[in-house]
Amino acid sequence: MADTNGSVVEPVRVGFTLNGGVLSLELDPRVTLASALREHLGLTGTKIGCDQGQCGACTVLVNGRRINSCLTLAVMHEGDAITTIEGLGTPEALHPIQQAFIEHDGFQCGYCTPGQILSSLAVLEEIRAGIPSHVTGSLEGAIPLSDEEIRERMSGNLCRCAAYPNIIAAIRDFAGDQP
Amino acid sequence: MKPFTYERPATTAEAIEAAAQPGARLVAGGTNLLDLMKLGIEAPGHVIDINRIGLDRIEATPDGGLRIGAIVRNADLAADTRVRRLYPVLTRALVSGASGQLRNKATTAGNLMQRTRCPYFYNTDMACNKRKPGSGCSAIGGLTHNLAVLGASDACIATHPSDMCVALRVLDAVVEVEGARGAKRAIPIADFHRLPGDSPHIETALQPGELITGVVLPPPPGGTQLYRKVRDRASYAFANVSLALVVRVEQGDVVVERLALGGLALRPWRIEAAERGPRNAAEIADIVLAGAKPTADNAYKLPLARRMLAAALEQVK
Repeated sequence: MADTNGSVVEPVRVGFTLNGGVLSLELDPRVTLASALREHLGLTGTKIGCDQGQCGACTVLVNGRRINSCLTLAVMHEGDAITTIEGLGTPEALHPIQQAFIEHDGFQCGYCTPGQILSSLAVLEEIRAGIPSHVTGSLEGAIPLSDEEIRERMSGNLCRCAAYPNIIAAIRDFAGDQP
Repeated sequence: MKPFTYERPATTAEAIEAAAQPGARLVAGGTNLLDLMKLGIEAPGHVIDINRIGLDRIEATPDGGLRIGAIVRNADLAADTRVRRLYPVLTRALVSGASGQLRNKATTAGNLMQRTRCPYFYNTDMACNKRKPGSGCSAIGGLTHNLAVLGASDACIATHPSDMCVALRVLDAVVEVEGARGAKRAIPIADFHRLPGDSPHIETALQPGELITGVVLPPPPGGTQLYRKVRDRASYAFANVSLALVVRVEQGDVVVERLALGGLALRPWRIEAAERGPRNAAEIADIVLAGAKPTADNAYKLPLARRMLAAALEQVK
């Protein structure tokens, strides 16, 4: 395998589960998970904004935890289970969090939205699991599902259209519908 | 990104052996290394993925402390019930740093090893003695809003960006490392990060080929632990000034047992001579901040540090 500069690169095999399906790839080890999803697997729902872990547009779930897919190499995910926005819902059958974002106008241009949605799901799990944040009062006991907690925990997802109030409304609405 | 070869060792011994080759870099979380590799600031020829070598547990030590495995994620360390109960300053420091996504990936050892966020280190068009020894320091005389006011040199005025390390400093943590042929040593956190002097490219006490296996916390200090952080925005930013404190309240008086500051120097700033005396916040700050050399851009850090200390001591009364 040669790269665009003509350098010879030894490909590496990696296998992981993507949105429930098992797959195996041979990749230049330099390919980030974000680029593998977009360029090699055709799943362009995952967006690349800053490409340096500051904007959160590339957020995906790996083994149920949210990470920036631009700051990790695809080959580092041997055996992992990865969920992208394509694994949540379809235009015909939206995931309830996707529906909530639409109903609350939780976006304008939509570029950051897949990352916002995956981060939202993880944030609610983190609060449910009692994982503290910077704004958590007591470090023991249950954590309230407050706007303050949601805002702090979503700070790794930027929205240049500034749909923040509506994003919080969407998350709260979705969370309220959860058992 | 420069091409590299890649391997996934299964044991610490294999990882250490692989790391002995020139141009090799260990990667676990990757949140700082990959960023630097994209910019060409780091250009390893060989990348060793240590995510499968173990070292991912937090264990009680016989004397009542904790041993934190090198690749325990920042999120897991912050959420550990023992850390929350016994070392709350560490949980508070960790959750005040980065974002939820980054904390899920970033590791304990990676946090120790993270590089400065000095804008001149990141800009490869500028001179930087850290990035290219001997090239000079463009930061001196440049934009120094978040650069060092203490412990800097004519060669480098960078700051260390970590919150975790500031908490580890007041907890007297010990960094455990392993080198070739199983040679182990323990480095007190006070000695781990180097001040820049005339060789700012040498950042830690780690020797080439050594791997951090874990961080040991001695039994928790008594008293109340606090972490405070002031930054340019409410969340997800590096500290302008941060403060880790262990205090004891005696007959209404607050005694500072241990105190370290972040955002001021190339390592957590702790001056033990200021601790455990009958001193008020201003007197403690005089000792801790003695010798500061601020610029017009970062002089705000000194009154800010003083006020943060005074406010924290007032609060625990």
